Amino acid sequence: MSDTKGIGGHLGNHLRENGMLMALVAIVLFFVLIVRVFEGVDFLSAQNITNLFLQNSYVIIMALGMLLVIVAGHIDLSVGSVVGFTGAVAAVLTVNLDWPVWAVVPACLFVGLMIGAAQGYWVAYWRIPSFIVTLAGMLVFRGLTLWLLAGQNIGPFPKSFQSLSTGFIPDMFGVDKPNMTAIVLVCAAALAIVIMGWRSRARDAEFGMMPEPMTIFVIRNLVVAAALIFVGYKLASFRGLPNVVVILTVLTVLYAFFTENMTAGRRIYALGGNEKAAKLSGIKTERLVFLTFCNMGVLAALAGMIVAARLNSSTPKAGGGFELDVIAAVFIGGASMSGGVGKILGAVVGALIMGVMNNGMSIMGIGIDYQQVIKGLVLLAAVIFDVYNKSK
Amino acid sequence: MTALLEMRGISKVFPGVRALDNVSLTVEAGEIHAICGENGAGKSTLMKVLSGVYPHGSYEGEILYAGAPLACRNIRDSEDRGIIIIHQELALVPLLSIAENLFLGNEVAKRGVINWAEAFQKTESLLRKVGLTEAPTTRVEKLGVGKQQLIEIAKALAKDVKLLILDEPTAALQENDSQKLLDLMLELKAQGVTQIIISHKLNEIGRVADRITIIRDGAAVSTLDKADISEDRIIRDMVGRDMAHRYPDRSPQIGETLMEVKGWNVWHPDQKDRQMIRDANFHVRRGEIVGIAGLMGAGRTELAMSLFGRSYGRNISGSVTMGGKPADTSTVARAIDAGLAYVTEDRKVLGLVLEEPIVRNITLANLMGVATNGVLSLRRETQVAEEYRRAMNIRTPNVMQKVVNLSGGNQQKVVLSKWLFTDPQVLILDEPTRGIDVGAKFEIYGIMNDLAAQGRGVVMISSEMPELLGMCDRIYVMNEGRLVGELSRAEASQERIMALILQSEGKAA
Repeated sequence: MSDTKGIGGHLGNHLRENGMLMALVAIVLFFVLIVRVFEGVDFLSAQNITNLFLQNSYVIIMALGMLLVIVAGHIDLSVGSVVGFTGAVAAVLTVNLDWPVWAVVPACLFVGLMIGAAQGYWVAYWRIPSFIVTLAGMLVFRGLTLWLLAGQNIGPFPKSFQSLSTGFIPDMFGVDKPNMTAIVLVCAAALAIVIMGWRSRARDAEFGMMPEPMTIFVIRNLVVAAALIFVGYKLASFRGLPNVVVILTVLTVLYAFFTENMTAGRRIYALGGNEKAAKLSGIKTERLVFLTFCNMGVLAALAGMIVAARLNSSTPKAGGGFELDVIAAVFIGGASMSGGVGKILGAVVGALIMGVMNNGMSIMGIGIDYQQVIKGLVLLAAVIFDVYNKSK
Repeated sequence: MTALLEMRGISKVFPGVRALDNVSLTVEAGEIHAICGENGAGKSTLMKVLSGVYPHGSYEGEILYAGAPLACRNIRDSEDRGIIIIHQELALVPLLSIAENLFLGNEVAKRGVINWAEAFQKTESLLRKVGLTEAPTTRVEKLGVGKQQLIEIAKALAKDVKLLILDEPTAALQENDSQKLLDLMLELKAQGVTQIIISHKLNEIGRVADRITIIRDGAAVSTLDKADISEDRIIRDMVGRDMAHRYPDRSPQIGETLMEVKGWNVWHPDQKDRQMIRDANFHVRRGEIVGIAGLMGAGRTELAMSLFGRSYGRNISGSVTMGGKPADTSTVARAIDAGLAYVTEDRKVLGLVLEEPIVRNITLANLMGVATNGVLSLRRETQVAEEYRRAMNIRTPNVMQKVVNLSGGNQQKVVLSKWLFTDPQVLILDEPTRGIDVGAKFEIYGIMNDLAAQGRGVVMISSEMPELLGMCDRIYVMNEGRLVGELSRAEASQERIMALILQSEGKAA
């Protein structure tokens, strides 16, 4: 009796976190069913799962940076244009000037850093609203992309640069089918998630906080671990772990650790929640905002290179509208427009929801017109759900 | 006299809480009736039942108003019957004019077209009634809080008020504005407007109220007539215990000088030629509680914030020494390192991250204290917060609660915990008991005494003179940006403080 009440109460309190995860699972299952029935295709085929990650890696990567920007109480509308611009820079350096990859990658990341710094400077130290500064940046860098590419596509890239996006981790165990490296890594990751969850639950219990009821803890961890291992196995049986998946997993872990466990991350939440109180607590708020934009610039540059590598050419239109996908992902993931609220894992789940919907609807042959309508409604619904939850 | 309002056996239950338990309240026509009680006692809930915020049917009991049953479905219903509440947080639009605010939602208009001439005329006559001479076109943001409060009352008068309810009307006002407001209440009473005032300030109640009802834990404890009103009696009924000692006992152990400020000058951040602090000199000793008295606008907060990492003002000059050595307080972080802490008067805006849990607020000013190489130990952080929760008696099931859900007194304890965790030598407490109920005040005083007993220096800025007199070993008096006097505990009295303020008035050239 008390156990069921505990479960109900807990789900009520943590509706948001579990809700988005459940929504993701539900959307995946929905497409599995629909795609099977109407198109006769396996939605969760190894190839499609690989595609899902390759297609959406850039959204996830930028969502990590955008989460910090939004938690700090700002917004960055320029990231789509920065993706285009850094992709163009990469193309010019690699194709026209014959720079080697090991020089191009840091050079592009540096360009991204400078772009972030330039925008962050006005936002942080001059208090120009970030909406205005990055709207200007959006126009400026789109224009510079066109200028740099002279309106042409530049490509193709050498194999070494393409592997940024389309490369796979080779099998170090020599089995190859299925790729043992992939399976080992994924199992290790699943184990790590369960162990960390267990430790945090133990800490809650120790300090008298209502710990998650055992039933939910077990179910949630089983679902997550099973999903992970399933995805890992599928990837392994196709071409192995894509480089991109490794990059974005590492980044996700790093950013989750940064936001949850590091002083600088904590300060960004305080700054977004109440800037004046943060300032009076000795936090250098201007510098934090500045650095948050620098970070966003670097991640946008990384995404720019991945997009260019995947398309195997730089086009003047690359990255157009990406900022909206990224921002939508962060808000679907539970971040608050007014700052101070939001989680890295939420943003990643938000990006995956967007990605799965894009992919699923494309397979079903739904036109781009309806796709936009549906994505817009999902964003609205997620935020309404948030507001409704809060007002309860 | 006949009763204008009779509330009989009102009970209101929220999930898990019985906010009101069989409360009865009778308000006579033409009287000023005070309602007193600790925060959370149920005063506001009772007024929300009356004004229809909680519609008829969502509570038990009955309400008779002007001889007929009252069953409001919403605020509009109660306003139509002449019942108007003025809330603690003013509901004026700062960028609109006085006239626009007075008739907001109630415009002097025909078919949506506003008749400005008539609106201005009506505004002027309403302003006269509340004793204001401002032009109707003045934007509300240009007025001080005191005048804004009067505008709220004028707005109520515009709606033909019969029963005016004022929820802590003087909480944000300085002394002479409060007096004006109380005078106006008496004037309105003479014109036959029945009024209910909710207030913590016992001297005000004594001045204007004809009768007083005391509410404790959701029940009406007693209703006293004017003749029976005494502070001790009110306090006893409010907290349910005898508070012979309103300030906890303490035997000061005063040591050497901890902090000394010399020749401190501060200019206004925006108005270049306006000097806010002039040549301030003061010191705080180990184990000492030092008060800074003064009217609102005397420059006390400006002095404190300019000292604390130059958080206020520009062109700051002067020297600060801590423990005999020059101290660098040029940024907040450096001031904290130098051993200074400033507990703000405005805890919601400047002190707390309201949407974050208690634990994160407590460690915010000293994250390094729970981290190694920038990596937080969440376990150590929670332990620290738990220790403060117990030591400060913060009433909450656990430290993961958001501070926005705490009462004013508990929020203040969280802010105090945050600054104690930086282990300061000197704490400047700016209005530490503002908006806090009597019981929590007593606890805060106790904490202050403990801090002094630990050998720290405490500076207390307060607008409530009895509190300064009750707590401080020494009191500085501030007026127009200058420290105009210093009184020892033995010398200090309300009269001497006021005398120092008045004698210094206008001499600041």
